[in-house]
Amino acid sequence: MPADGTLAAPVSAAPRASSLQRLARRRTTIAFVMTLPLIAVIAGLVAYPAGYAVYLSMLNRRMDAFAGFLNYEILVESETFWLVVWQSCLFAVTAVVLKALIGFWLAHMLHHIPAKGQRKWRGMLLVPWVIPPALSTLGWWWMFDPTYSSINWLLAVVAVPPVPWLGEPWWARASVIIVNVWYGAPFFMIMYLAALKSVPEQLYEAAAIDGATAWQRLRYVTLPMMRNIISITVLFSLIVTFANYDIVRVLTNGGPRDLTHLFATYAFQVGILSGNIPRGAAVSLFMLPLLAVFAFFILRGVTRRNREMA
Amino acid sequence: MAQLSLRRLVKEYDGGVQAVKGIDLEIADHEFVVLVGPSGCGKTTTLRMIAGLEEITRGEIAIGGVVVNDIPPRDRDIAMVFQNYALYPHMTVFDNMAFGLLLRKFPREEIRRRVDEAARILDIAPLLDRKPKALSGGQRQRVAMGRAIVRNPKVFLFDEPLSNLDAKLRVQMRTEIKKVHQTVKTTTVYVTHDQVEAMTLADRVVVMNHGVIEQVGPPQELYHRPATRFVAGFIGSPAMNFIPARLEGASGALNLHLPGGIVLPVPEERTARYAAARGREVLFGIRPEHLTERREGRATYAEIEIVPEVIEPMGMETLVHFHLDGARDLCARLDPTVPAAPGAPITLTADLANMHLLDPQSGRVL
Repeated sequence: MPADGTLAAPVSAAPRASSLQRLARRRTTIAFVMTLPLIAVIAGLVAYPAGYAVYLSMLNRRMDAFAGFLNYEILVESETFWLVVWQSCLFAVTAVVLKALIGFWLAHMLHHIPAKGQRKWRGMLLVPWVIPPALSTLGWWWMFDPTYSSINWLLAVVAVPPVPWLGEPWWARASVIIVNVWYGAPFFMIMYLAALKSVPEQLYEAAAIDGATAWQRLRYVTLPMMRNIISITVLFSLIVTFANYDIVRVLTNGGPRDLTHLFATYAFQVGILSGNIPRGAAVSLFMLPLLAVFAFFILRGVTRRNREMA
Repeated sequence: MAQLSLRRLVKEYDGGVQAVKGIDLEIADHEFVVLVGPSGCGKTTTLRMIAGLEEITRGEIAIGGVVVNDIPPRDRDIAMVFQNYALYPHMTVFDNMAFGLLLRKFPREEIRRRVDEAARILDIAPLLDRKPKALSGGQRQRVAMGRAIVRNPKVFLFDEPLSNLDAKLRVQMRTEIKKVHQTVKTTTVYVTHDQVEAMTLADRVVVMNHGVIEQVGPPQELYHRPATRFVAGFIGSPAMNFIPARLEGASGALNLHLPGGIVLPVPEERTARYAAARGREVLFGIRPEHLTERREGRATYAEIEIVPEVIEPMGMETLVHFHLDGARDLCARLDPTVPAAPGAPITLTADLANMHLLDPQSGRVL
């Protein structure tokens, strides 16, 4: 095949082939045409909205004049915005750590249930993840309700005083985290279960003969073998959790006193509810550098391990 | 180092399927014993019970005189080499070999010393910093052996360690394993389905079939004095020929009547042994190497006329495949200089000093 990547067509076969025909025959052209739908989707649904958001964030409030970085400057100087940053980080990190731990524990439990009963339990444990979160959060909202709270009712049975779930800042923060963990832990469970199943049984047998206790097998075999899946799942969940919207929107709507706002809910509040679309766009764009740093470090580790192991 | 005893060992799975049906075996200190048999014969299950990876249904296993039935694998002081090596992919070769010592809290210098020593024996010293992924099959196999050696355990267990290697490397590693055993001299139980591995490596071979031991003995004994039809057919390649026959005779002399009117005189020294089977149907067993081109000079030689079907020149010998009435897939081993062609009748010499007679019902060698 010629070095320029064209298909080897007999020279004499098409003495008067038009340049268009020749272009269509080039492999690079074919490849480009075949990826065109994907490029169109990315351009229309990712690149354009992102570029438009950057453009929006640089307008004034009435959106009739270019304002440069003014929106960003105002945000950086606003106390509420730094509360949102702090709350988003607290929410995302706490929720992801808890989801990862609970997911790991559940995956381990499931992994040791005999195959026959496993499907049943796996199905049941996945239920929180398949219910639309806006709906399930409504259920939680009712359970946290100060007057009709079923949780408080249960606490009362064991003589614990009622808890102001959504009324007091730290309890409200805990509540949104609890609901997010409840919703997201099954995702970790299913990913970790798949990872556990992919660890060859003989490695455990070799470790058992090498003298490892159950804890040491977990520490020296299971965890290192699962590190890539753990990293990727944590990264993915960190992004999704960081950008969470529906749970806070339904449960606390950012209250009390804007103390449970996350980036997404705050951007909605500023951009849509208060009608300052450029400022709202600026809020949501602040997520980008934070998530990029997370992604860089986690993906770098994954690539390195992939090269070394299998 | 220690002796190993299996006493009335039974493995029964859910549903009553017995994989191992009450075997007894004594393995001496320093001995290299190979469990061999077709797949499903219970050899791997037996090995895994010794390792503690499989629960023992009944009977007991003792290592160095101590019954280990209820002792977990890590406290049995055994080391095992797995078929697919089971190296930890996230650890370097050094860490793979050091892992068992690390868990047993050996001092750092001692670990270093032992790993270096094992690496020297196995010729893998330059690989210590690599991950298993960067090794070839043969190198991985050596690392797996190194992991066993450094521990200096009472017993080595090998579970078909060469089956994942190509034919050439397998022969090379076989020699390697034998060399290592001559150096380290640890009691070894080695499982394989390959009778050549069994014959070449073992001090004693244990032939298993359907969960029971068919015969235990040194390779030469199994080859020359098989106890059952299974062992006679399993050991040796190409396999022993079996031809239905009838034992007839009067006044001391016995004759074997083969199909097609062939009559072979039973050698004098065997007549007493076979006297009880006079007048009965038997199976006449003879190895291809005792069925050769025409020879003369011994009283035990007898002649058989055959028509070759397929000729296989192997270089150092020529295999001739043929059949007789009532017996198919027979094979003779000829000197390569003897001319033989398919369809052209030739006369073979059977050395009856090496014949076997079997009871067709019980499969026992008479």
